[in-house]
Amino acid sequence: MTTANVYQQRPDSGAKAESSLHQANLAGLIGKGRKNPGVTVREKKLLGHLTLRGDAKDPAFAEGVHKALGLELPVALSLVAKEDTSLQWMGPDEWLLIVPGGQEFAVEHALRAALAGLHISVVNVSGGQQLLELSGPKVREVLMKSTSYDVHPDNFPVGKAVGTVFAKSQLVIRHTAEDTWELLIRRSFSDYWCLWLQDAAAEYGLNVEA
Amino acid sequence: MLHIFCPHCGELRSEEEFHASGQAHIPRPLDPGACTDAEWGDYMFFRDNPRGLHHELWNHVAGCRQFFNATRNTVTYEILETYLIGTQPQFTEQAAPLTTTATREQGEKV
Repeated sequence: MTTANVYQQRPDSGAKAESSLHQANLAGLIGKGRKNPGVTVREKKLLGHLTLRGDAKDPAFAEGVHKALGLELPVALSLVAKEDTSLQWMGPDEWLLIVPGGQEFAVEHALRAALAGLHISVVNVSGGQQLLELSGPKVREVLMKSTSYDVHPDNFPVGKAVGTVFAKSQLVIRHTAEDTWELLIRRSFSDYWCLWLQDAAAEYGLNVEA
Repeated sequence: MLHIFCPHCGELRSEEEFHASGQAHIPRPLDPGACTDAEWGDYMFFRDNPRGLHHELWNHVAGCRQFFNATRNTVTYEILETYLIGTQPQFTEQAAPLTTTATREQGEKV
């Protein structure tokens, strides 16, 4: 039995939830971009983000994670996904689990039950970060402008995820499909990223998608 | 721009993702209460400042956020190796004199 204080952090009383990009009014910009945009941005907001830590070398840990999530622990710099759930390597003993909004409480319980007795940590970080999905033929151009990391498909295949420097700050870049990339951004940097991406993608045409 | 090999990520990354955190291999005294002021002061504040090979602690702050060790030449800035904390460096200053001794011994035999 865990002594961790696990509780439902998502209010179910109808309280208004706003993403960290609420002020940017992306909803008001939907469909106002160019006709053939080079880059399409979509805010994946209010998802459940859980930071999972444990001993990767312990077979019981890997087995417990598989039992709770149905996903294998990803190795360094990679990302595994099943439907809307993804598990990403963040460090040798740290993973980020992203589940559809509202499921994080149940998933945390399932993880704690499956990993009972092990030296682990599960922390709900949903409020601190969110995903921005970039898709389109010119996304790689935008990334190349913004980061020193090599985003050529030879070095950055689909399923790879790296934390790196981006513009004047840091974030995590995830390659989820051929022309689709995700940026994992910190809440307090949301405005900065939004403005940066609008500026960087302007020459290719930026469209906002719901 | 330098590329530094992160032993946790397993690939070369640009220098701007890293942060140097000073001298490596400084064990904390097992019983701090038993230390003299001089010993504790040495542990706390005194660091080597060599001209040549230096074993340093680095942090991959923008990537995996893990610490690792690096052997760097403070004169040329050449990074000879990076290795996990808890393991021993391959390149050390002592290694050079040892090889010369070995050569001399071999020479005497010959």
